[in-house]
Amino acid sequence: MRVNSVSRFGGTGISVVADLGRMGLYLLQMIQGCFRMPFRFSEFMRQMSFIGVGSLAVIFFTAASTGMVLGLQGYYSLHKFGADGMLGSAVSLTLIMELGPVLTALMVTGRAGSAMCAELGIMRISEQIDALDCMAIDPFRYLISPKLLAALISVPLLTVLFDVVGIAGGYVAGVHLMGVNPGSYIEGMRSSVTNHDILLGTVKSFVFALLIVWICTGRGYLVHQIKGAGFGARSVSTVTTQAVVLSSISVLIFDYLLTAILL
Amino acid sequence: MSESAITFKDVEKSFVKDNGSRQVILDKVNFSIPAGKTTVIAGGSGQGKSVTLKLVLALMRAESGQIMVAGDDITSIRGGKLKKLRTRFGVLFQGAALFDSMSVFDNVALPLRERTRKSEAEIKKLVLESLEQLELLGHEDKFPAQLSGGMKKRAGLARALQLKPEIMLFDEPTTGLDPVMTQEIYQLFARTQAQIGYTSIIVSHDIPKVFNLADQVIVLHNGNMDVFPSPEEIQWSQKTHIKEFVKTTMGEIYQSHLVE
Repeated sequence: MRVNSVSRFGGTGISVVADLGRMGLYLLQMIQGCFRMPFRFSEFMRQMSFIGVGSLAVIFFTAASTGMVLGLQGYYSLHKFGADGMLGSAVSLTLIMELGPVLTALMVTGRAGSAMCAELGIMRISEQIDALDCMAIDPFRYLISPKLLAALISVPLLTVLFDVVGIAGGYVAGVHLMGVNPGSYIEGMRSSVTNHDILLGTVKSFVFALLIVWICTGRGYLVHQIKGAGFGARSVSTVTTQAVVLSSISVLIFDYLLTAILL
Repeated sequence: MSESAITFKDVEKSFVKDNGSRQVILDKVNFSIPAGKTTVIAGGSGQGKSVTLKLVLALMRAESGQIMVAGDDITSIRGGKLKKLRTRFGVLFQGAALFDSMSVFDNVALPLRERTRKSEAEIKKLVLESLEQLELLGHEDKFPAQLSGGMKKRAGLARALQLKPEIMLFDEPTTGLDPVMTQEIYQLFARTQAQIGYTSIIVSHDIPKVFNLADQVIVLHNGNMDVFPSPEEIQWSQKTHIKEFVKTTMGEIYQSHLVE
């Protein structure tokens, strides 16, 4: 019995290490794929539309509601200390440094990351990726690199949109609903937000874009090698769930690490 | 004795099952695929027929041994050299493996667009010619989900033949097709092979019909391979498992009639 437990524990350990190794190699191949020619510009534009334009509505609504809640909550807390004038500063810094990049990344993971994972998983189990290999067409250049480059451009732009809409939402809630002075809201924001804060938010959004594409496409691409994922349609649904969960957790972990390193 | 297109030397392949035990698929097998001829790989389910094809394509790696293709050992090469070697192959997958988000035309045009420098006008001409030859003209704008099983196989074949491969691999090419369509597909194989002169390897359950194409037959059984220079010779084998195989798949007496 004890031997069985040890053996199971060892087996799980080996499969986790093997999985990490595969994902590490996948990351390298994915980055290499971006430098291989010819570049698929039309597919890149399609991915920009899918990841970027397709996420506009969800980002807009999430940002507006987050900004408005921040405006109300911020006002409630700051008003106790007579510091209503700091509302613009609190809302903008929270959005630019933390909530903008993180919530954008989580929204993109749920909307586009899951779709990328499922698409590649289905291509893998229906031998479409094998077919590319057999035709000597590099799957990383052909399938993955347009997604990665599109995400690296779209996610930071969506984050900027999130920040702007969120700050406007905070303005509506704070100034129009709670009566904060509009000049102090704008001036508070202008005086407290520095280039370094904006850089931190931008670096985060780049890293999150890389994480999302790496984990989501990687789980789909490697679906046939993931132990315990099962077979066929079930394996694709399992890895898609895994991809969304792992990607979201990684975004949160890296958010902390990047804040700790770059703040 | 004709020249070999592919040679297996002491090739071993096994899988680890969920319970940790090892299942041997190929146990130090040795055989050659003659160039320009058709070899049929037969055997029961789970005996490693498709694995053998994947080893040839280096989609899977053997644990030991060599698989020689055009002087290179495909088990040990990687990167650009492997990519170059793969350009010699054409593959028709079991489910045709057409790209489901692309039309039939785009599927067939893909290897020409990605691997040649032909103009779009030249590609269009070649693709339409090939679709006409495979009786798919008029279906070029359809998507794979809108095609029947036989049409998918023909579209997959059209795509695989675009770059005039030296070696064609067919994985269960007639699975799910009715007898008439099966016969049509076999005639198509014979016709395209006569035109292009490729070496053909067919993995199939469709016995004895597929033997009408075969110059050589390989039967896989429990990790071992029995090679027969013609389908008829299988019947004279004294090995118990081959006798059993013949009895269940071909009946008592079999004579092949090569497909013209």
